[in-house]
Amino acid sequence: MSTMTIDDLRAILVSCAGEEENVDLRADISDVTFEELGYDSLALMETAARIEQDFGVRLPDDVVVELKTPRALLDVVNGGLVEAK
Amino acid sequence: MTRRVVITGIGVRAPGGAGTEQFWDLLTSGRTATRRISFFDPSPYRSQVAGEADFDPLREGLSPREIRRMDRASQFAVVCARDAVRDSGLDVGALDPHTIGVSLGSAVAAATSLENEYRVLSDDGEKWLVDPEYLSPHMFDYLVPSVMPAEVAWTVGAEGPVTMVSNGCTSGLDSVGHAVALIREGSADVMLAGASDTPITPIVVACFDAIKATTTYNDDPEHASRPFDGSRNGFVLAESAAMFVLEEYENARRRDAHIYAEISGYATRCNAYHMTGLKTDGREMAEAIRAALDESRSDGTEIEYINAHGSGTKQNDRHETAAFKRSLGEHARKTPISSIKSMVGHSLGAIGSVEIAASALAIKHGVIPPTANLHTPDPECDLDYVPLVAREQRVDTVLTVGSGFGGFQSAMVLRRPRGAAA
Amino acid sequence: MTESVYVTGLGVAASTGLGVEKYWDATLEGRGGISQLTRFDASAYPARLAGQILDFEAREHIPSRLLPQTDVSTRLALAAADWALTDAKVDPTALTDYDMGVVTSNASGGFEFTHREFKKLWSQGSQYVSVYESFAWFYAVNTGQISIRHGMRGPSSALVAEQAGGLDAVGHARRTIRRGTPLVVTGGVDSAFDPWGWLAHLSSGHVSDATDPHRAYLPFDAEARGYVPGEGGAMLVLEQAEAARARGTHHVYGEIAGYASTFDPPPGSSRPPGLRRAAKLAIADAGLRATDIDVVFADAVGIPELDRAEADAIAAIFGPRGVPVTAPKTLTGRLFSGGGPLDLVAALLSIRDGVIPATAGTADVPDDYQLDLVRGAPRGAPVSTALVLGRGRWGFNSAVVVTAVPG
Repeated sequence: MSTMTIDDLRAILVSCAGEEENVDLRADISDVTFEELGYDSLALMETAARIEQDFGVRLPDDVVVELKTPRALLDVVNGGLVEAK
Repeated sequence: MTRRVVITGIGVRAPGGAGTEQFWDLLTSGRTATRRISFFDPSPYRSQVAGEADFDPLREGLSPREIRRMDRASQFAVVCARDAVRDSGLDVGALDPHTIGVSLGSAVAAATSLENEYRVLSDDGEKWLVDPEYLSPHMFDYLVPSVMPAEVAWTVGAEGPVTMVSNGCTSGLDSVGHAVALIREGSADVMLAGASDTPITPIVVACFDAIKATTTYNDDPEHASRPFDGSRNGFVLAESAAMFVLEEYENARRRDAHIYAEISGYATRCNAYHMTGLKTDGREMAEAIRAALDESRSDGTEIEYINAHGSGTKQNDRHETAAFKRSLGEHARKTPISSIKSMVGHSLGAIGSVEIAASALAIKHGVIPPTANLHTPDPECDLDYVPLVAREQRVDTVLTVGSGFGGFQSAMVLRRPRGAAA
Repeated sequence: MTESVYVTGLGVAASTGLGVEKYWDATLEGRGGISQLTRFDASAYPARLAGQILDFEAREHIPSRLLPQTDVSTRLALAAADWALTDAKVDPTALTDYDMGVVTSNASGGFEFTHREFKKLWSQGSQYVSVYESFAWFYAVNTGQISIRHGMRGPSSALVAEQAGGLDAVGHARRTIRRGTPLVVTGGVDSAFDPWGWLAHLSSGHVSDATDPHRAYLPFDAEARGYVPGEGGAMLVLEQAEAARARGTHHVYGEIAGYASTFDPPPGSSRPPGLRRAAKLAIADAGLRATDIDVVFADAVGIPELDRAEADAIAAIFGPRGVPVTAPKTLTGRLFSGGGPLDLVAALLSIRDGVIPATAGTADVPDDYQLDLVRGAPRGAPVSTALVLGRGRWGFNSAVVVTAVPG
């Protein structure tokens, strides 16, 4: 896999932590905060673990806690994927 | 006339020594008993330290059959129960068995046996369709662990109410609170109450690794458990157990029993917030403290020592400090507080009972155990946590608290029985 | 304090029906929920019949965000609790949070969930273990999740005593109310039908290996050969009578009038088992006498020695054939922590409808059991007081008396 897309992230988020009833994940959520999307620190920990398993990119604890939006998370993951090449 | 409940016997098994005396010795010396995990190779895990008890079941008097059928947590509970009964001097044979009950707490119960059985049945995780050929006759009792309070009941032939209270990390407080309620309402005159957990097994280590709740001070196991310290980074998983003989007060006095303390108040609340997370305001723990004080007919200013939950996670210690301030106001600043988890680690459901034991012994001996490993101040934890060195001080009224997954918040007040000799 | 505690809401999840009325209709019609295990290939296992809930689509009943973090038993418990609160017309947001508690019983915890995690740990490595394992498995999970979902911050607990635990939870809920908490959600739900959970059930030595679903679980029958494990259970809303009236509740199923719990003497002792005493204490606790009891919902293990012991206890209290006895649990399977609460539901509906459900399957009851077991068709009879019995493996005996509430 060369990059992780917003669709990949959507699928992982839903698999790891479901989705809130009043949130439309299919909308453009790149810059919506995880908090607004209904994902707490536990959900993000599970998501980070799944990303490591599926994409091979490790997200250290102190980095994950700073990632507020899907865009921020994807940037870090895809940065890691580029480095791995 | 409300019946009162007192502790007349104590039995403890904790890291650092086999027995109540050794346990108290460890606490008052400020030594720690946390070490690198030795029960299995910890190197694949994020957190590699634990509070392991050096427990030899044969030396503890368990028979080969008992050892075969009982999970380790049951073994601890039974050994502690026998110690407590001996300590109490109660002549069990002279009692009506209908008036004796059991209330045993445990969070993960037979986790160790479950894991051992799993590896065999699944061939180390190979088979989802586990193999009937390797099935142990005790497997059902690991699935449904109510055999544990049954084993405790059999030590004295108890025929009154027997139950297991399994409320996660407040089990040890709640099981004793439950027992107190049963004696108060007249459903029993004597209760064997307490808790046991032996969770040092890969699945439990792994599940706390996943949520990063346990410490990563793997290079410094003796100093890894740092409640209230600014550099704390998680709890140290441990195993331990404590059992008590609880009696109705007048009966205990009539037979001239040695009384450690009266349990004068107990209350529990839920934070209904998150299964693992805590808000910073400590509101529900403060409410549990208030309700326990209320039942005890105690003023908050009577509290002379707080035995904290003090697990050593960033969120817990901050939450708890806020709860003490919220419930006790300025008095929280004047009251010595300590966490024995700094020395024996966090045995999940059992530790609440072990901490009740420490609280009762503090009353008996007039010594407040310290918080070990407390060096770096944390502005959010700015109370007197009795750093490093035990404090000789007579205490008549002690508050002990607990907090756990599921949102449970519990509090208990122990005091020197009024009317007792000084 | 000995004030009255009412049952104002019921929620049921059983193999014979999701929801109280579906369950009750199936029970009165004798429609069973025992079937061949379909959750995994059980062909290599010596027993293959279970009371499975086949029509529960979790995503229809549970918020999506709770699905990844819950075992099937917790999903069922959440659904049942929600239904019970709806039935009771309770709006938790309109009540003080500290005035609502949750006391459940659990026997096997979130077992299928934890089995999956064990597999990931041992076949792939610890980094594959889920963040949810730390709370999806432990015995207090249903209490915790129900408390969070409904904002209930009062005194709460989780009790384990195998099949007696559900009645203990109800008894403790009543105690909690009498000690000052006006409303408590109580009951129990269990499920452990993954291959490991199933094998664990089999190791009890008490699971029927019969292959005919209608003849597998035959309590009090001369051919009794074990029980069929089931999944599911029931949640009940209990309220302080005054608080229920103040809330404007019109719908009261009955009163939890009496409760008691005893434990058997150690194996090998010549002292008598404790079921009879538990029943007598519960009846006395209700301020009643044996002659006041209209029906007994039996523990009904389906193992001959245990059936005989229960029959003896009943005959000793009520006299030979002195009271109608029944066990609708043959239709759902034995539910462990869910068993007692579901029997309470059946007892309360017997009171409501004036009919005692039959014990399906059992045909040939030995004369010397001296039992008036309701068999074949339900028996129409006015019921205003019922006794429910539950025994937990290794010696637990619990009993609850429910009575009709006038008006």
